[in-house]
Amino acid sequence: MDGGFLPSALDLARFQFAFTVSFHFLFPAFTIGLASFLMVLEGLWLATGRSVYLDLFRYWLKVFAIAFAMGVVSGVVMSYQFGTNWSAFSDRIGNVIGPVMGYEVLTAFFLEAGFLGIMLFGLERFGKRLHFTATCLVALGTLISAFWILSANSWMHTPQGYSIAPDGRFMPEDWWAIIFNPSFPFRFVHTVTAAYLTTAFIVGGVGAFHLLRDSRNAGARRSFSMAMWMAAIVAPIQILIGDMHGLNTLEHQPQKVAAMEGHWERQRGAPLILLGQPDMAAEETHVLLEVPKLSALILTHELNGETPGLKDFPPDERPTDVPLVFWAFRVMVGLGTLMATLGLVSLFLRWRGRLYDTRLFLRAAVAMGPAGLLAVIAGWVTTEAGRQPFTVYGLLRTPESVSPLASPAVAASLLGFVLVYCVVFGAGIWYLFRLFGQPPHEAEPGPDENQPIRTSGITPAPAMRHAAGGHHAGP
Amino acid sequence: MEEHLPLIWAILIATAVFLYVCMDGFDLGLGILFPWFTHKDERDVMVNSVAPVWDGNETWLVLGGAGLLAVFPLAYATIFPALYMPLMLMLLALIFRGVSFEMRFKAHSERAQTWWDRAFSWGSYVAGFCQGIALGALVQGIRVENRAYAGGWWDWLSPFSLLTGLALLVGYGLLGACWLIWKSEGALAAKARHMARRLGVATLGFIALISLIMPFLQPAFFQRWFTLPWMVLASPVPILVAVLAWRFFRAIDATEVREAEAPRDPTGRGFRWRDGAPFLYVLGWFFLSYTGLGISLWPNIVPPGISIWEAAASPASQAFLLVGAAVLIPTILAYTGYTYWLFRGKVRVGEGYH
Repeated sequence: MDGGFLPSALDLARFQFAFTVSFHFLFPAFTIGLASFLMVLEGLWLATGRSVYLDLFRYWLKVFAIAFAMGVVSGVVMSYQFGTNWSAFSDRIGNVIGPVMGYEVLTAFFLEAGFLGIMLFGLERFGKRLHFTATCLVALGTLISAFWILSANSWMHTPQGYSIAPDGRFMPEDWWAIIFNPSFPFRFVHTVTAAYLTTAFIVGGVGAFHLLRDSRNAGARRSFSMAMWMAAIVAPIQILIGDMHGLNTLEHQPQKVAAMEGHWERQRGAPLILLGQPDMAAEETHVLLEVPKLSALILTHELNGETPGLKDFPPDERPTDVPLVFWAFRVMVGLGTLMATLGLVSLFLRWRGRLYDTRLFLRAAVAMGPAGLLAVIAGWVTTEAGRQPFTVYGLLRTPESVSPLASPAVAASLLGFVLVYCVVFGAGIWYLFRLFGQPPHEAEPGPDENQPIRTSGITPAPAMRHAAGGHHAGP
Repeated sequence: MEEHLPLIWAILIATAVFLYVCMDGFDLGLGILFPWFTHKDERDVMVNSVAPVWDGNETWLVLGGAGLLAVFPLAYATIFPALYMPLMLMLLALIFRGVSFEMRFKAHSERAQTWWDRAFSWGSYVAGFCQGIALGALVQGIRVENRAYAGGWWDWLSPFSLLTGLALLVGYGLLGACWLIWKSEGALAAKARHMARRLGVATLGFIALISLIMPFLQPAFFQRWFTLPWMVLASPVPILVAVLAWRFFRAIDATEVREAEAPRDPTGRGFRWRDGAPFLYVLGWFFLSYTGLGISLWPNIVPPGISIWEAAASPASQAFLLVGAAVLIPTILAYTGYTYWLFRGKVRVGEGYH
């Protein structure tokens, strides 16, 4: 049944996983931060009674509703794909990471889904206290979800706390060691911080877009200001966190770091290759631009420290696509540097009182709107392509993990995913941009402005103005 | 304790799948009924009646998948590749269905809204049909060699699996109609009653047909149903279905009488527990059919050859997740119930959730 003209079922399955997980992660990367942002906005509204926070809350809640729905439906795909396409992997490691994912569903997915309805539809109907509780629980749920799934993912990079049964299955020995495996704390902090920055840059980009049209728009000013504080404070911290994560990777996955650096030889005082092209056939990197000793300094914190090279490892234990790891890493670091720079410039402009009307800066902020999303995807490509040729690092190879499926079956499903994701999520992203295009304004309607409540003429505006005044707005 | 873990988990996973079938069943059922409810107001009420809860309903499907990976990894690793095509189609259909909840209210033109309505309805059809196919293909058996699926990628397709696919579509449609009887009023509820009566007859027909075919699919099933003492133990199942059927049609009539007698509630949300009776009786049918299925398959999780003990994860894995599940599942049920309670009552035309 195998069509000879198709790529192998393994390559198709790998591409399908990469495609679906990358598409999926765009949405949680945004909604993890957005849920916390909404919690902060509603909290500020309750604390200060200032209506600008409620307006912003309603504005971003509409965005959240769409982004979250897209995250949910693309996430359901992931929970089935381990079984459909990676069944050998599932059978071998199900004992270890299955329960970790089970805890994600029980502690996070239900919490988010259970309180999302109240968060989206319940402010007028159920009152402020219950509604704020729901918002907090949804935000908490997104973080708990990140905790478990990143623990499971990190275990695949730095497995510990297991034994291997005679039939090759991984058996749990120490749950604490499994969950808090060596790369998990770094990956968790790095990824959640990345999600917060992703949200900050989208919020900042949308705010800047509206400030370019009307620099007096109160909602745009407030959200832009909040976003730029995040950029100024968190983006530089993220660079430090990333450095620590990199050192952790050097300790546990040295060949990945060698691929990220484009280093083939173990050496002392290694240069940092800024631009170049790794050549896998020649086992060398054609260097265009490098800074002497800097790689050694970053990785060992010594000018003449020793760093590993890819040739330290047999060819079948090196990342299978070194240029991909090398370039994805540069995209992530480059974007991170730009994000931190934008944040620092914002501090200067804020000090000079020109934050909201420096047009060049606002344009740069608009252009940087998707920077977080791109950096997050580049980071994931770096770490996951760098884990190859293993699914469980050093222990289980990717070809041993795949399902015994015929290529035409995987090709058909892959085609289905590409078509459906482009149509559905393309439309979703188009609607998101429509929402972004509308400036935040006073007495912002709720997430369902086109729901029948308006066509029937029962406008909730009086209740909202009432609520906006910070007084009791019970059902 | 250790030897009981697979049994406890089999019950828990079966419960999660059953809760999914009940809860997403009526969500999908609304999409399945869409072709008969063409007016925008009707469709708005239908979608609004589940908008606050559909996401939670679908999460039980995720728990079914992740739970299987955690505690029956061999079942996860053999059933899913065997059902590759129907599962992939189901996932794609659920994407259309899920995003349509948000999109149909965001659509700025009538044409766009029509397309999102179609996405909602077609997504519901394909998802429900594929779930039924998956069920039928599982019951017919999955070929496993060396802990891996050993069949082809079209093995799931058979007259029986197509029959179970159709049956589940009709059953979901019935759940959707009964949900509408509970959650709507006036002309919409009257239409739902009309649909529910017809779909009720059709569902009973499918239950009878599948029950007659099942024992002949595998010798083990036949033995289960037609030898003592199993025959005695299993006999209440069809009898109870018949009793519930009689109660079901009576209950629909009763909701009609109540609606005619009760003046339209001008202030409250017209919440009446007893309007939920037809819905609960149908859940009873689903429960009994599901139990009948369990009686046939027991103790296998991957028929014909892999039992729950053979598929089970190590006791350490099962125990670790069970500790959490013992606390978390009751908590989840509590706050899910609370959300349903908050959003109780009739949804009216021209009324969104605000």
